[in-house]
Amino acid sequence: MSEKAVSEPQHDTYPDSYIRAILDDVKTIAMVGASPNTVRPSYFVLKYMLSKGYEVFPINPGHAGKEILGQTVYASLADVPSPIDMVDIFRNSDAALAVTQEALQLSPLPKVIWMQLSVTNEEAAKLAEAAGVRVVMNRCPKIEYGRLSGEIGWTGVNSRTLSAKRPALKGGFQHRGLRKD
Amino acid sequence: MSDRIPGFSTLAIHAGAQPDPSTGARVTPIYQTTSFVFDDVDHAASLFGLQAFGNIYTRITNPTTAVLEERVAALEGGTAALAVASGHSAQLLAFHTMMTPGDNIVAANKLYGGSINQLNHSFKSFGWEVKWADANDPESFAALIDDRTRAIFIESLANPGGVVVDLEAISKVAKAHNVPLVVDNTLATPYLCRPIEHGADIVLHSLTKFMGGHGNSMGGVIVDGGSYDWSSTDRYPMLSKPRPEYSGMVLHETFGNFAFAIACRVLGLRDLGPAISPMNSFMILTGIETLPLRMQRHSDNALKVAQHLAGHDKVAWVSYAGLPSDANHERQQKYMPKGAGAVFTFGVKGGYEAGVALVSNCQILSHLANIGDTRSLIIHPASTTHRQLTDEQKTAAGAGPDVVRLSIGLEDAEDIIADLDQALASV
Repeated sequence: MSEKAVSEPQHDTYPDSYIRAILDDVKTIAMVGASPNTVRPSYFVLKYMLSKGYEVFPINPGHAGKEILGQTVYASLADVPSPIDMVDIFRNSDAALAVTQEALQLSPLPKVIWMQLSVTNEEAAKLAEAAGVRVVMNRCPKIEYGRLSGEIGWTGVNSRTLSAKRPALKGGFQHRGLRKD
Repeated sequence: MSDRIPGFSTLAIHAGAQPDPSTGARVTPIYQTTSFVFDDVDHAASLFGLQAFGNIYTRITNPTTAVLEERVAALEGGTAALAVASGHSAQLLAFHTMMTPGDNIVAANKLYGGSINQLNHSFKSFGWEVKWADANDPESFAALIDDRTRAIFIESLANPGGVVVDLEAISKVAKAHNVPLVVDNTLATPYLCRPIEHGADIVLHSLTKFMGGHGNSMGGVIVDGGSYDWSSTDRYPMLSKPRPEYSGMVLHETFGNFAFAIACRVLGLRDLGPAISPMNSFMILTGIETLPLRMQRHSDNALKVAQHLAGHDKVAWVSYAGLPSDANHERQQKYMPKGAGAVFTFGVKGGYEAGVALVSNCQILSHLANIGDTRSLIIHPASTTHRQLTDEQKTAAGAGPDVVRLSIGLEDAEDIIADLDQALASV
């Protein structure tokens, strides 16, 4: 499915198929700017993505060596001991360029550079795409996962998706996954 | 699902509703339960901390009601919605999220009488003030806005006068003053008019009316347009400041363009409590599936009846935006070109007594205080819905002594016309 995705998306809108392919494809996420503060959005997203089965590496030099939600915090992307499929940037738009440059030094390269809601950096996006890395800007992976799984509708949010198929269930009563379609 | 964007009728049937994953039920089940079992303690903590999506207690969320919420959000083109017990409670929760004592709302003077009462009297005891602007004059809103104004409130199609407000002109005023525009879209429904596309930031409905459409269930909804930047000012602390209710969370930062709907839910509905019953959500959902068909027939029937009454010798005037001669016709053509809705007023010759006699004489039209039923309804506002208002307020609200309000139903137009004719004959 990922190969069918649009290769050069417009960054103001993304087809659902493009986002779904990324969330399907990615197994490990490095979250730059992860916070141990339980009411910060980055903490929410980290907790949610862990609950959906992703392996998440928190990156935050101020907390390096400590743990957030049982995950070891690293000072930088280069310190992460295993391959990173996606770099999720919880920093401001200006900082996103340096983070992207750092990410593009990794070997193997990440498959995706994802910038959080309100974070956009066109220069970073061009660099990443030139290296064959997919880019998402100004989106939240928790919201997108919640939208495409249907979970976000439980809170009255417009998922902008329709389906006459059975939702994909994960363990527990209130836990959905992404349907393969 | 492909990336194709579905049309309105498809959304009216499908938005928010997948088959039930445990039974395969295709119609959304009525989840008539107060509470939901947690998977484990950590899951419970995540739900209470707003860190996970899911259900705790039907006062806050319910799976049947959630389908209704997503359905209406999709139809209005909003980011999210919150369904509540009634249109009045939708207004209460929407303004509760924006207002503190001493703040004010600049509202159009052409509103449903019940809303005029709510704003003039009940809200006053919360220290919320209202200033009345001329619904037909966008500049009159600008003149009333001050540094304590937190919202502009209008009806897209005003009840009962049939006034079509100039949404884009009033939205321009709202944006120039950085105040959110709140639009009650009950009479038009998103089938006839989608206020968010014309600059509204928040849309409210009494779902009791045309959305449910069958006169059987009360409900209300708040739709978040996702367009207002709550962090652009410090006037909306429920959205832009750390909230003690959630350990210092900032809702706008956390929930972005659907933060208003979340704030109405977790700070308003949670604490004030006007939850909709899952049974009512189910009834209204069923009604919404035929909204496009019904609203077109309502509008077509109403136009036939209005045309007939306009030529009747016992009728002094007809106020229906669908009539080419009407003062609101041009704006109706711009904002709701598919039709002018079901509700309109006319003046019966003979004033107050003639109005009372007319409603008493009807055999098919029901004399009752509702609109938006499959049945045709008739009421004399001066003696009923608007009787608490002063004479001046009645006239300002389009409910003077000779005014009769109709909500035209889905019967054969010829039968509605025949009933009105026989009722008028003995007035």
